[in-house]
Formats: sequence, C-alpha cells, structure tokens
Amino acid sequence: MNASGATSATLLRLDSLPGHRLRLGPEAALPLDNGQRLAPLTLAYQTYGELNAARSNAILVCHALTTDQYVAEKHPIHGRPGWWSLMVGPGRPLDTDRFCIVCVNVLGGCLGTTGPRDLNPATGKPWALTFPVITIADMVRAQKAVVDHLGIERLLCVAGGSMGGMQALQWAASYPDRVVAALPIACSWRHTAQNIAFHEVGRQAIIADPDWCGGNYQLEGKSPKRGLAVARMTAHITYLSESALHRKFGRKLQDRQQLSYGFDADFQVESYLRYQGSSFVDRFDANSYLYITRAMDYFDLAAERGGNLAEVFRGTPVRFCLTSFTSDWLFPTAESKQIVRALNAAAADVSFVEIESDAGHDAFLLDEPEFFGTVHAFMNAVAAQNGLPTAELHNDPAAADPSQDRIS
Amino acid sequence: MGAVTPLSHPAALGPLPDLRPDLAAIAAMIEPGARVLDIGCEDGQLLQFLVRTKGVRGRGLELSQEGVNASVRRGLSVVQGDADRDLADYPDRAFDTVILSQTLQATRWPERVLAQLVRIGRRAIVSFPNFGYWKVRLSLLLAGRMPVTPTLPRSWYETENIHLCTIRDFVTLAERLDVKIERALTLDAQHRLQPIRSLRRANLFAQTGLFVLTKG
Repeated sequence: MNASGATSATLLRLDSLPGHRLRLGPEAALPLDNGQRLAPLTLAYQTYGELNAARSNAILVCHALTTDQYVAEKHPIHGRPGWWSLMVGPGRPLDTDRFCIVCVNVLGGCLGTTGPRDLNPATGKPWALTFPVITIADMVRAQKAVVDHLGIERLLCVAGGSMGGMQALQWAASYPDRVVAALPIACSWRHTAQNIAFHEVGRQAIIADPDWCGGNYQLEGKSPKRGLAVARMTAHITYLSESALHRKFGRKLQDRQQLSYGFDADFQVESYLRYQGSSFVDRFDANSYLYITRAMDYFDLAAERGGNLAEVFRGTPVRFCLTSFTSDWLFPTAESKQIVRALNAAAADVSFVEIESDAGHDAFLLDEPEFFGTVHAFMNAVAAQNGLPTAELHNDPAAADPSQDRIS
Repeated sequence: MGAVTPLSHPAALGPLPDLRPDLAAIAAMIEPGARVLDIGCEDGQLLQFLVRTKGVRGRGLELSQEGVNASVRRGLSVVQGDADRDLADYPDRAFDTVILSQTLQATRWPERVLAQLVRIGRRAIVSFPNFGYWKVRLSLLLAGRMPVTPTLPRSWYETENIHLCTIRDFVTLAERLDVKIERALTLDAQHRLQPIRSLRRANLFAQTGLFVLTKG
C-alpha cells in the first residue's frame, strides 16, 4: 500500500519513535473548523511525572511551530535535550515531582500525530495537499481527545510559548471549565500582518523549490530541502533580536581572516543560519510546515466576537499569567498587553510580567531566571489554591543542558 | 474566581513579612473576603497580607516591572500597567474596594483617576502626602525651596510626584467631581488613623491624608 520506498522508510522511522499513541477511529472523527471530519487519526504524546489519583495535577504543555512532544528528554531524532528541559523536570518550574506534564504533537505535525506526510487511508497515498487546512482550535480539539482519554477532568494548567501560547489561550476560550490556569507565553491573540508576511516568505520558499513537486515530493522520492531550509533561515531571524545577533556574531568572519569576495558564508552569522536551515530539514516535513504556519496565520481569537476579545473571556473562571520578553519583536509586549486589557475588562484573574531579555522571541526557551521565577511562583500559587503541594525551585544548572542554540 | 479558596500551603509561598505601618492602617479597613484592587501595589506587600490574613480576592496594578515580578513571585495576580491609562479597562464595580496608596500625586490625570476609582470600586481608599503640612509650608516659606520630607523624600527634579496637593485641595476636587467622602482621616507620624474634625487643623498638621470615597 505504501506508494514508494521513500514513504515506507519515513513511516518506519516514525512508527519507531518513542512515546504514547492515541488512535481514533471513524466513530471518533475529529470535527474541524473547515467543516470536514478527520478520521482515522493518530495522536502522539509524551508524559513526564505521575498523574495523581484525583487526576488533578496535569499540566498540558503546548509546543511551538517546529518543536514537538519531546519536551524534557533526549530527542529521538537529533539527540539534543528536550526543548523545554530547563522548564520541565524535577524541581523545575513545571515540576515533574508534583505535576504530570502532558505534551501532544500538534495536529498536522510530523512526529507521530496525523499530518500531511501520513497516508490518506482513502487513497493509499500520502495526504500531502489533500490534508485539510487546520486551525489552532482544531489542534486544541485534538489535544482535548488525549486529555479525555487520560481521564483528566480539569487540567491544572495549560502552558506554552509562541504557537503554544496561542493554544493555551484557545483552551481557555474553548474549554474554560476544563482548565484551572493558563500560561500563555510570548504569544498573541491573533497573528499580525507582519507575522503572516514572514510565514508567507517561508511557504513561498518551499513552494518555489522544484523538489516540492506540487506537494507530492514523497511520491516522487524527493524532498524540498533547499526551500525548507530557506524558510527556516528566515523564520530563525525572527526568533532572535538585533542585539542577540550582534552579541553572538557581530561581523565576525567564519574560518577565515579576510573577505572572500564571493558568496561563501564569509560571516559567522551566515554560517550559523545555513546550519540552522540544513539541520532543520532532517527533522521536519515541508508540508507540515505549510499547514502549521497556516494554522497560526488563521488564528484570531476575537474573530467570532466581532473583534471584541473581552467577550471571549467574559466570566471566565481560568486564572491567567501572561509573559512577554522585552526584545521579542515577533510577539511583542504590546500584544500581550492587549490580552491583559481584555482580561481585565472581562474581570478575569490575570497576572502579567514582561521579562527583561535581549534574546528575542526565543527567550522563552532559554535560561531566563526571572522568567522561571515567575512561572514557578505562579504554579505554586495555583497548586496551593487547588490543594496540591508547593515546592521550592531547584536551580541546578547541571540538571539540564545549558547549550542553548534552541529553536522554536 | 468564584468563592475564595483558602490556601492549603501558605507557608510554602514564603513567610509573611511585617506590614509597613501605613499599609497596616489601610489593611485594617478591608473586610474579609472582599474583592480588592491595589493600584500601585509596589511589591505586593499589602495585597499579600490581605490575601493571606483576610482571604480577599486581590488584584494589583503596578507600573514598575520589578514590583510586578516581585508580586507574582508572592503568588499574587498583578499586571503591569499605569493608573492613568489602564483603569478604563476594568468594568463598573468590579471591586468592593479599590486602594490607591501614595500614588495619586504621581498620576498624570488625578481627577480622571479619581473618577475611575469610584466607578470600578464600590468604594475607594486613597492616601496621599499632604502638601499643606506645616513643615512643608515652612520649608517653602523660609528656605524658598521645594521641600524634602519623610513623605516627600526626593528632590523636585527626580521625584515622580508631579501632582502634589493639600488635604483641602483634595476635598475641593472631590466636591467638584461629585465624589462622596465617606470618611476623612489623617495618618500621623506614628501611623495612627485620626478622623478629620477640623479641616484647617488637619491641613496644617497632618503629613498624610486618607479618604474613603464612593460615587456621589
């Protein structure tokens, strides 16, 4: 039934990825925002820490555009530490000694959850561009299937940065009675024109790669690596800041004493971006990139309420803590403040902290003690309020890998 | 939201430090379980005290990032913002009591802020340094310079207090705004609350004025 050798090799590798799988049959088809129902469906997820008897200590971590469910363990493909190893673990802000952390690979993803790379059972061929266009709300609906499956009546918290923050907001909006607290980090309530513009550049780079083959590269035994790498390079710039780039690279040359008067990677920053691009294509699917960026572009939490975000959260029982970073120009502080303003107007319980950092958007993945202190304090307050134990923060830098060329 | 849930592990949220005396005087006026907004809550000291000892549903608004971070670390719900701009976001009567302690004189539009206070709170508690205090008057009269006192500790060029007023000025503004003064008090140097019997005396001898206001 597999259409080609390349496809079967890919599927083999995905099937051997570690972690839990929830498989939903036609009877449990997932209703999508575009009107379609998706089935069958596989949802890949990881858990860290033990669920207590009352199932009241679960924290759903929502991952960003290109991260995945391997939050706090060695990644099965590239071998680096989990993307939030500094945040999730024993004695860490999202403390696995007290909480059970759940993370689901997003719908449309490429690490075990059904996405465009998988076979469409109706045709026996990869979904590719016949995969339905999905939304952040669809991703959340899929996550809720996992939460239901685990018998979790109420999540203690939904936490996430960037696209993960969008999902945390969507959870609070869609299922306010299923969420005690929400931790949306470095995100927005709707994708801005500038963010859509950057995504479009990335998508066009993929589409312009002849190896993309109209989306059918799997059947053709090809892979649009150059296009996907360029998309990644563009996006990666938006995750950093001018000052971080300057601090890290300046105008330093790469392995040479003088300019080459050519188009090799003369500068370290070029070499770095090329590495970011080329290492990305080994772990990410180009069509998944198209679908997930589209989901972010479509995100506008207030659209159904005529643009009035406060109406979305009117009377919400969810306790919010929003965080932004001073140098994040992709999801700047002003965006978080708009959410705070709406939550105040809705008389919601909200905290908001802007963290001083020059690391840009990626700061939410890095070692930012002030940020960890905030999350830790907030989770302690939420835990105490819900009859769960609190704990001190363990600052053990050796416990997580400090090498921080992280990605979002 | 809903009913106030008692904290199961209050000790784990850190020790409860002694409350600054002027804040203790305000805390004594808050009913248990009330919905309270502390505007200019600094590091959350008063709010934390109220949450822990009176089970209030406390919220804070604070301009400085250090203050906000310190408050959140205390487990409080506090947002960064400023009284001039952000009070308009809160719905009518969202709180039982709105506290504006030693902050009015630092706002850009004190009269708009006062109007917002009695809109979003059933009542407002406002305290401010009295510029009519005799030492202030004397300092200006004799030295001919802007006074620097314990309640007004910074020089004119570095102070955040841009709209200083006397107790009499405040009463006049409240009347003009049709804001009802429920209680007029002073806070003496020993941080004792005294009801104002003579406006003339209070305006001369009090360092701090403290008023309980409602919408007229």
